[in-house]
Amino acid sequence: MGAEDITLSRRTALQGAGALVLGFLLPLKGVRAQGAARPMVTAPNAFLRIGADDSVTVLVKHIEFGQGPWTAAATIIAEELDADWAQMRAEHAPANVALYANTLMGIQATGGSSATAESYDQMRIVGAKARAMLVQAAANAWKVKPAEIRVEKGVISHAASKRQGRFGQFADAASKLPEPADVKLKDPAAFTLIGKDKSVARLDSAAKSTGKAIFTIDIHEPGMLTVVVAHPPRFGAKPASFDATDALKVKGVVAVKQIGSGFAVYAENMWAAIKGRNALKTVWDNSAAETRSSDQMFADYRALAAKPGRAVGTNKDAPEKPLPQGKLIEAEFLLPYLAHAPMEPLDGYMLWDGQTAKARFGSQLQTADQGAIGKVFGLPMEKVFIETMLAGGSFGRRAQTTAHFAVELAEVAKAIGPNKPVKLVWTREDDIKGGYYRPLFYHKFQGVVAGGKIAAWRNRVVGQSFMKGSPFESMMHDGVDPIVTEGADELLYAIGDFRCEFHYADSPITTLWWRSVGHTHTGYAVECFLDRLLQEAGQDPVQGRLALMAEKPRAAAVLKAVADLAGWKGSAAGNGRARGVAVCESFGSFVAQIAEVSIGDNEEPRVHKIWCAVDCGQTVNPDIVRAQMEGGIGYAVGHALYAEVPIVDGGAAIGNFDEYRSLRINEMPEVEVVIVPSSEKPTGVGEPGVPPTAPAIANALAHLGRERPSRLPIVRRV
Amino acid sequence: MAYQIKVNGTDHSVDADEDTPLLWVLRDWLHLTGTKFGCGIARCGACTVHMDGQPLRSCTLPISAVGTSEITTIEAVEGPEAKAVQDAWVAHDVPQCGYCQSGQVMSAVALLREVPKPNDRDIDLAMNGNICRCATYVRIRAAIHAASEKLGG
Repeated sequence: MGAEDITLSRRTALQGAGALVLGFLLPLKGVRAQGAARPMVTAPNAFLRIGADDSVTVLVKHIEFGQGPWTAAATIIAEELDADWAQMRAEHAPANVALYANTLMGIQATGGSSATAESYDQMRIVGAKARAMLVQAAANAWKVKPAEIRVEKGVISHAASKRQGRFGQFADAASKLPEPADVKLKDPAAFTLIGKDKSVARLDSAAKSTGKAIFTIDIHEPGMLTVVVAHPPRFGAKPASFDATDALKVKGVVAVKQIGSGFAVYAENMWAAIKGRNALKTVWDNSAAETRSSDQMFADYRALAAKPGRAVGTNKDAPEKPLPQGKLIEAEFLLPYLAHAPMEPLDGYMLWDGQTAKARFGSQLQTADQGAIGKVFGLPMEKVFIETMLAGGSFGRRAQTTAHFAVELAEVAKAIGPNKPVKLVWTREDDIKGGYYRPLFYHKFQGVVAGGKIAAWRNRVVGQSFMKGSPFESMMHDGVDPIVTEGADELLYAIGDFRCEFHYADSPITTLWWRSVGHTHTGYAVECFLDRLLQEAGQDPVQGRLALMAEKPRAAAVLKAVADLAGWKGSAAGNGRARGVAVCESFGSFVAQIAEVSIGDNEEPRVHKIWCAVDCGQTVNPDIVRAQMEGGIGYAVGHALYAEVPIVDGGAAIGNFDEYRSLRINEMPEVEVVIVPSSEKPTGVGEPGVPPTAPAIANALAHLGRERPSRLPIVRRV
Repeated sequence: MAYQIKVNGTDHSVDADEDTPLLWVLRDWLHLTGTKFGCGIARCGACTVHMDGQPLRSCTLPISAVGTSEITTIEAVEGPEAKAVQDAWVAHDVPQCGYCQSGQVMSAVALLREVPKPNDRDIDLAMNGNICRCATYVRIRAAIHAASEKLGG
């Protein structure tokens, strides 16, 4: 592969600032073909700050909540800049869509496992331009030709004159030079950091191992009030009235105000706010509230799935054919509402002075949040400032189509009046009872096996769309929300007689993307049912899949790689254990997993080990890829085995980790990851580790003689 | 009322209601924010501190029950075990979001002080009160073993 020459037109003007950009494009299927929504900014001065101490601070446009964008952006820039890793730093860029838009979405946003995918080329160009400007500044100072200057590990040198210097001494002069129009990027064969194992260490590990990392919840400012909000117990209910007499008697409680989402209790500290809320008497308007329970919703969905739905994906325009002759296999899968439950519940700080609003929180869709805050205060976007904070996890929870948390934060600040800084904190109960769940889904399947082969595949999906009616509705094409059927409407497997249909279900229960989005349910349903059909056909789970993957070489390659890694010799593993397989493509990455499972204490499945092969294109930080696979697998194991937010009478029946059971260290399987080498464009790793895990476990259980669980979680509370 | 408590070797006078959990005293009165809020019911371990050297969930211990016990938080945990654990955490790039890691580190330090050469079962028992939603458990385990090696070697 030769060096890439990228010619860029000069873009000094930064168009498009100031308005909330709707018509987002999110990195779902085919988004690359739709192209970037706004010009890509590659000005080094927007992304880099080089200090007199030679430190190179990257202003990262993506929020860091564990998935590693700080380290990734710094790695890419350091590579092209020829910096020494020890001089690299990272911090969040401010909210500014003109400079920091996600090139796939057109707004400043982190999501869809797109951080590296969408900024890889951009960060390379930024690094290369910065290097060229530093070289030019040194050449000017030394009165030599730039071409004679070398840069290596942060040292700028000129051999003939035996001069050398470091970035800090040229940074100021370099920043005033015109930005080069053309830069030559490194030949990937010459990379020393990108894709090189152990070449860098995470930039945030030390602060996070010593308690020094500052999260939103850690903000304390003079005069600041801590606020909790009483939310309605039922979804769809609205605040009606309140009696704060007892709440205001709690020492430290300052005020109670009604806002759109509930009743806000303002206090001098968090404990007073919590006690004040406990003492508050509330009345809710339940006229539009959900009244059903999860079991009723599943029954409603099942009834809906008995009727023909709208066809999507492969063969969608072909007339439905009768099922062919052969053995008919039927199955259904019921997937519950799931909370994301990031370790740091939602929280935010806001100072509104009447003229400007300054927010500090873990904003994941900065542009949408900025617009929503401006709307509450009647301020234009340029008067709304967001400082993105490190956040204690998200898993999708902080990327809100409705910007509901930013709205609540702004309403809390507005209700108490200007110049009163507020910190709004959700408790764990607010988090788990608060909705924005992975939607509850129902899958109905019919399959026919004939002559040792899969002869037909019918799938009907029922679930809510959170795109419909949101600012993200423009992501839908022709009224189809891809999130309801992605992963089910086109398979990795060539099955000629294929049909996938869906029905929308409606409920006031709020839903949202949850780590791997549609693939959380389709991955489970499709990979379980496929495995069931292969079992009926008498085929090996690995060989049977490979035989159907002739047109999906990358999927086949990860499956072969994981089979090699695990020494696959069939489902039986001896020792009372069995192995199950699953393969999923999501967010452009391919992941195959093999789970080894037995039945442990209390008849609960025990997941001993998961082998994982991933192809995410060109890797930037292999160890972060492994970490995301490990974490994605753990997240998936915990939810598949234990997690459900049961709805009873229209509200969440549970509210904390005592009942929303979370994976613990003693339940974490051993994980072994192989990264399949690839020179394809980088794709995501934050989410793609999740989808194959649950079906791999279920398929292992099937080979232990159990049914593949048709309803999750596998370990159900009675 | 005012309570006298000793935190990180310093005496503090704190004017708080008797039922105020130590967690909120640390965070909102003393501004020691390394100790995190995760659940409020002692089920996640994000709020783990040491009380007289023993790991304790500070979110359910009222200030009235602290008495003369010495409280140590992540800001001041020290000694060979603390150094070994924190060095291993960095060397293994354990943290992802990092929010639970103060609690994880405090539990791990307490474990190594008690059991210098923990096996996997010891680690399970000492660490299963600390939830990590990022599921960094593979690396937590590896880092504890590495820290133990370092201390022994």
